[in-house]
Amino acid sequence: MAAPLDVLLWRGGSNGRYQIYEVPRRENQTVLDVVTWVQRHLDATLSYRFACRVGMCGSCAMTVNGRPRWTCRTHVSKVAGGGRLTIGPIENLPVIKDLAVDMTAFFAKWQAANGVFAPSATRAAPIARIAPGKASRRAADAAIECINCAVCYAACDTVRWNPAYLGPAALNRAWTLLNDERDAGNAKRLAVIADDGGCYVCHSHQSCQEHCPVGLNPTASIAGLKRRAMAAYLKGKIGS
Amino acid sequence: MNVRFYVWQRLTAAIMAPLAFAHLIVIFYATRHGLSAAEILGRTRGSAAWAAFYGLFVAAIAVHVPIGLRTVLIEWTSLRRRHCNMAALAFGLLLAVIGLRAVAAVVLP
Repeated sequence: MAAPLDVLLWRGGSNGRYQIYEVPRRENQTVLDVVTWVQRHLDATLSYRFACRVGMCGSCAMTVNGRPRWTCRTHVSKVAGGGRLTIGPIENLPVIKDLAVDMTAFFAKWQAANGVFAPSATRAAPIARIAPGKASRRAADAAIECINCAVCYAACDTVRWNPAYLGPAALNRAWTLLNDERDAGNAKRLAVIADDGGCYVCHSHQSCQEHCPVGLNPTASIAGLKRRAMAAYLKGKIGS
Repeated sequence: MNVRFYVWQRLTAAIMAPLAFAHLIVIFYATRHGLSAAEILGRTRGSAAWAAFYGLFVAAIAVHVPIGLRTVLIEWTSLRRRHCNMAALAFGLLLAVIGLRAVAAVVLP
């Protein structure tokens, strides 16, 4: 039987500290399994967030050995070098308790970036036919699979430096809607993302695409937004 | 950073890139040919072309640098946004004044 894991878990709020736990090592063990084992067997007061356990819901993001990751799809064998795991809450969001962070600012920025679909037709209208090969649809498809896990937001240095920055996830969402022919909210959306806190705050560090668990490239989406917003500005369609 | 600052920063960068390259060539030429200060001033004084060249250079710098400095101040200091704007604007004006003063010193007859 393999030696047990030394697991350091963040306990408390923003002024908390890491506490060490010993967890049995198993085959096919994810980081979320480790956290759950601690909660079920060692300390029932441990707070953390998860739902689907299969990489769909985006609830279980944590900082694992210094990197933001989706813990339900992160195998211990890939990250626990030396049999040691350090698991903390994700960065750039306030800690509520232990491994759970307050996501309010993250989702508020989705709203601020007009990340909600604005229909241009009623439900009585026929289904829009958009060719799969069309450039705008391909651009939207490439960015659409975001699971709202906030890993990119936690990995972004610019979010850390500038709290007004909307962040990669909200801007990536805006990019998908900007390329959605059925959406009618793009004038308002472009005005917001071209303003202070919008796409031009991005320094293209590319941490978002480096860390995105589902392999999206928000940096490319933001680059697209920069081009689209600049064209709109030069044509006088938006002011700033 | 917003789209207006972004456009001005990119525009001034596009202006500065060839000017900086030409400036390096001028320095290289002057040192390779051993031009004295008096010889250099003899060529620049009263020259509208050199006045336009370095005047444009200074103007582009005085716009470009404060935009970047404003971003640095916003991201790296705890100053309020308004104070970042004022500090960047003041630095841009300072660059414009000392830059144009230097241009005047070499081009005015």
